[in-house]
Amino acid sequence: MEQLEKETDPKILKALLASREDYTLEDALENEMILNMGPQHPATHGVLRLLLRLDGERIIGCVPELGYLHRGYEKMAENMSYYEYIPHTDRLDYISPMANNVAWVLAVEKLAGIEAPKRAQYIRMMIAELARIASHLVQIGSFAMDVGALTVFLWTLREREKILDIWDILCGARFTNSYTRIGGVANDAQPEALAKVKWFIDQFEPNLAEVEQLLNTNKIFIERVDGVGAISKEDAISLAFCGPNLRACGVEFDLRRNVPYLCYDEIDFKIPTYTEGDCLARYFLRLDECRESAKIVRQVLEKMPQGPVHADMPKQVLPQKDEIYTKMEELIHDFMIVNFGINPPVGEIYHAIEGSKGELGFYLVSKGEGHPWKCKIRSPSFNNIQSLPKLVIGHLISDVVAIIGSIDPIMGEADK
Amino acid sequence: MNLKELIPQKLKEKFPSVEFELTDYRDELTIKFDKKSVVEICTFLKSDSDLEFSWCSDVTAIDWATRKNRFTVVYNIFSMKHNFRLRLKADVDESDCTIDTVTSIWKSANWQERETYDMYGIKFTNHPDLRRMYMPEEFEYHPLRKDFPLMGIPGSLPLPKK
Repeated sequence: MEQLEKETDPKILKALLASREDYTLEDALENEMILNMGPQHPATHGVLRLLLRLDGERIIGCVPELGYLHRGYEKMAENMSYYEYIPHTDRLDYISPMANNVAWVLAVEKLAGIEAPKRAQYIRMMIAELARIASHLVQIGSFAMDVGALTVFLWTLREREKILDIWDILCGARFTNSYTRIGGVANDAQPEALAKVKWFIDQFEPNLAEVEQLLNTNKIFIERVDGVGAISKEDAISLAFCGPNLRACGVEFDLRRNVPYLCYDEIDFKIPTYTEGDCLARYFLRLDECRESAKIVRQVLEKMPQGPVHADMPKQVLPQKDEIYTKMEELIHDFMIVNFGINPPVGEIYHAIEGSKGELGFYLVSKGEGHPWKCKIRSPSFNNIQSLPKLVIGHLISDVVAIIGSIDPIMGEADK
Repeated sequence: MNLKELIPQKLKEKFPSVEFELTDYRDELTIKFDKKSVVEICTFLKSDSDLEFSWCSDVTAIDWATRKNRFTVVYNIFSMKHNFRLRLKADVDESDCTIDTVTSIWKSANWQERETYDMYGIKFTNHPDLRRMYMPEEFEYHPLRKDFPLMGIPGSLPLPKK
């Protein structure tokens, strides 16, 4: 009791007992237990701390504590130029850095009024979808590992490894890519990279089916997750649950379809939905999304036009390296953009993409300077973790592990 | 009828005494009003059957540093029925750094307002659980205010208790 009060802030303890006003901590500790899970715990996927109030093994209260990975990215964005911030977006959702790059440049382009050429937009679509596949593969693998099926993790990471190899060819980095640029992408997609993407997509579906076979016929896995952590459609919308988690509750909402950006309106794809809203539905939904993403990538490869990958706006788009070294004008522009930034007009915009975890948006306020006056990151994981108390109450401790795995929180993004 | 005309028209009909300031920039509608009426307006926007802004995507604030009304609280709401995004704004002055909470309307505003409180020090009255979101509870400053230095303040983050 003393130990608990010494180590935990009184306000957190108050929140934990919020269900009953007259209830004190002493009363609670008579027949209940308060368990601290995390921040360093293999099942919390990073540094998430949960305070659980237990009656026997059943959870009657849960308070998540965030901030163990808070690096102040919003503050940093206010002090650096729009170009400088691209590598920092890699570190938000570090499982799918490419999607974050795309989200950031689309927001800045909307603010500055730049439109990237068609080929660049198709490349962006391709990398965003591959990033979604990579992210879902990690989720499926680690989720299965959390509930005891270890092999799947190795199988899905083997597939993800191939995507990392594609990143390597495409932009020279496997993990923190920073591949997109304002007004285009860093360099054109080489034919060998595109050939590798095509090879990957062709062999991906049979391999995914194998993974699925391992899990769907596994009685222990199904029984651990079926009906666990269910949430209703109304609660999910009210709690701003987003992305695959929301679609698993029966809400057919996907920004790629509802608010099309890039060239998603030219692509034919389905939005899978499930109605159960439990861990099993969230797992099935991610498998289906992987297949849909593969379908999108295949169409993108077919439809990808030839042409430039940089917008022709020298005052705002960084010139290519070989031009800087040979042409005077380009050298001047490079100097001005790097030192003073691109100075978008005074105004504010919000742009969101359907990231692998949900709506990933940037709210930018410009005062006409080289750096944003305000940058707000609307991160999907932050809003998904908010529903955690709602999901875990009434379940067992072992289910908490499954539920955290199934909503797929990435703390880099939740804590910013 | 276009939603960009419908929403202001409906709001003016429903709240004749409130002044609305409309901005349409890059095809995004922003509506600014006095902070006193925030709860009524949000309730109306969510419950009106023609609008149904059922999804509160984000709550944040802007620190203007030198302006008279130093802060602006920004609500980013979305209508799944119309696929329409709307931004609501309300000015908050530093001398009276409070605004009513919208947690009763959108549950998701709970954490989003806590984050805004943590980062800007704007108090949301009637909030059920107004704690800091990221920073430790004993931290005195609000890091996203413009007068908080980028490098931080030495000694402001206490070491963990032994």
